[in-house]
Amino acid sequence: MHGLINRAIQRFVIDSYGLDKWVEATRVADLGFVEFESMLIYDAGVTPNVLDAVSQVLNRPRHEVMEDIGTYLVSHPNVEALRRLLRFGGVSFVEFLHSLDDLPDRARLAVSDLKLPWIELQDHGPGSFSLVCQNQLSGYGHVMMGVLRAMADDYGALAVLEHTGEGDGVETIAITVIESEFAEGRAFDLGARAL
Amino acid sequence: MTVLGDVSGALDILCPMHLVLSTTGRVMHAGPTVQKLRPDTPLIGLGFLDLFELKRPRGITTMEQLNAVAGSKLHLQLRDPPRTEIKGVLVRAPDNAHSIVNLSFGISVVDAVSDYALTSADFAATDPTIEMLYLVEAKSAAMDSSRKLNLRLQGAMIAAEEQAFTDTLTGLKNRRAMDHVLSRHIDWGTRFGVMQVDLDWFKAVNDTLGHAAGDHVLQTVARIMVEETRDCDTVARVGGDEFVVVLPYTKGTDGLEHIGRRIIDQLSRPITFQGEMCMISASIGTAIYEPDARKTMAEILDDADVALYASKNRGRATQTLYDPALRAKVG
Repeated sequence: MHGLINRAIQRFVIDSYGLDKWVEATRVADLGFVEFESMLIYDAGVTPNVLDAVSQVLNRPRHEVMEDIGTYLVSHPNVEALRRLLRFGGVSFVEFLHSLDDLPDRARLAVSDLKLPWIELQDHGPGSFSLVCQNQLSGYGHVMMGVLRAMADDYGALAVLEHTGEGDGVETIAITVIESEFAEGRAFDLGARAL
Repeated sequence: MTVLGDVSGALDILCPMHLVLSTTGRVMHAGPTVQKLRPDTPLIGLGFLDLFELKRPRGITTMEQLNAVAGSKLHLQLRDPPRTEIKGVLVRAPDNAHSIVNLSFGISVVDAVSDYALTSADFAATDPTIEMLYLVEAKSAAMDSSRKLNLRLQGAMIAAEEQAFTDTLTGLKNRRAMDHVLSRHIDWGTRFGVMQVDLDWFKAVNDTLGHAAGDHVLQTVARIMVEETRDCDTVARVGGDEFVVVLPYTKGTDGLEHIGRRIIDQLSRPITFQGEMCMISASIGTAIYEPDARKTMAEILDDADVALYASKNRGRATQTLYDPALRAKVG
C-alpha cells in the first residue's frame, strides 16, 4: 500500500487523538516504527493491521474509524491540500460527484505509483446516486462516506448518505442530494495555493 | 453587445477571453473573462494596442499591420501592472469589418488566477486550464512530500555516519575514526604525536562500585581528556579503558610532555559517583611520527604501546616517551 495512505491514517490519529495514541497503535500493530513515509511503498498487509490496531486503541468500531479518516482528510486544516485538489473536481457538489469516476486517474496523475481503488457513480434520476467502491481494503466505502459527507459540507450541499453494504468485492453508498445550495459552504479560491 | 449578431453570445461561452476589434483597433466587445483583467475600466472603446504591448511579432503599431498577421501566435503583455503576459491569436470576422482576438494566459495562468480572482466559471467548459491548475498543485504537494523525505533520509545518513565514527558511551571517536585520522596525517606527511593512555585501577572501580560507576568514570575521563587537549587533537576510545590521543603539528617533545602531565594530574583527582570516590589514574606512552622515518601506522602505534608498557612498569601515573632502547629492555 502506498505510504500516502498509511501516512493519512497516522496523521488522522495524531491530529485527532494525539501522538501517544498513535505510538500505542503502532505497538499493537507490531510495526517496529512510528513514522510512515508518504513517498515509500509498504506491504499490503500493513494497512489493515494498522486500522485494526487504531480501532482497538481508540476502542471504536473499525468502520467508524474509517469514516472519520475520510472526514478528516477533507476537513482538517493540516491536510488542506487534499481538500483543494478534490474541489478542482467541480463547482457544485453534484458536479463533484460526477468527477469521482476520474478520482483514481487524477490521483495517479499527481503521484504515478498511487493506485486508489476504482469507484463508479451511478445516476438514478434527480438528486439520487449511488457510489460503487471496489474494496480491496475492507471498509474503503466508509472512508468514501466520510469524504462525501465532508465534501457536501464544503460545498454547502444537503445530502443524505447511507452505506448499503458490501459484497462481490464492492461496497455501495446511496447518495441523496436534497439541496445543492443549502448553506454557504467553504470558499474555494483557485489562486490560493495550499502550499 | 451584438456587434457580430448571435456569434458574440456563442463566443462568450466558447472563448470567454476573446475581444472583438473594429477596423481602427478599438475594442467593440469583450468576453466576460477578459473584462475581469480590468474590472474597474470598461474595455469597450479602448485601443487594443493601448491595452496590450505586442512583444512578438515586433514592430506592429497599427491595426492594419495587426490584421496582416492574422492566424499567427501573438505574444502580448498588459501595459498596466501586473504586467501579465498573455498569448493570443487574431482572425478576421466573417463580416470582414471586425477582427476577433482570442487570448490565453498560457503558463502565467498560475499567477493570473490569484491576481484576477478567477474561478472555474471564468474558463470555457472545454478549457483544460482547471486540470492544469490541479496538476500544478498536485505536483507541488507530491514534490513537497518527496523533498521532506529526502531531508529526513539525509539527516538519517549523517546520523549513521556520526555514529559509525563515535564511541556511543563517551561521545569520543572510536577506533575506526582514529585509524582514519592517523592514515590521513601519514598521507599528508604531518609530524604528529601519538599517546596511548591506559587507565590505572579502573578495573577495581568496576569491580567494587559496579558498571554504572565505571561508565560514569569513563565519561568523566573522556570529558577531561577533551578539555586537556587542543581542538586539532583527536581523542579516541579504542578499548574498555584504553584511549589514544593523536596530536598533530607538535614541535619537539616539551609540548607533548606538558599535555601528558596535565592529563595524568587531572585524571588522578578523585571522581565522585553517587557519594562514592572513584580513584583512578593514567599511564601514558607517547611516540612521535617523523614523516621522514616512513613508519607505518601499526609501527607508530606499537612504539607508543612499548612506551606505555614502560610507564606501567615504572609504577603508573607516569608517562614515557618512546625510545628504541625501550625495546631492548622489553626484550
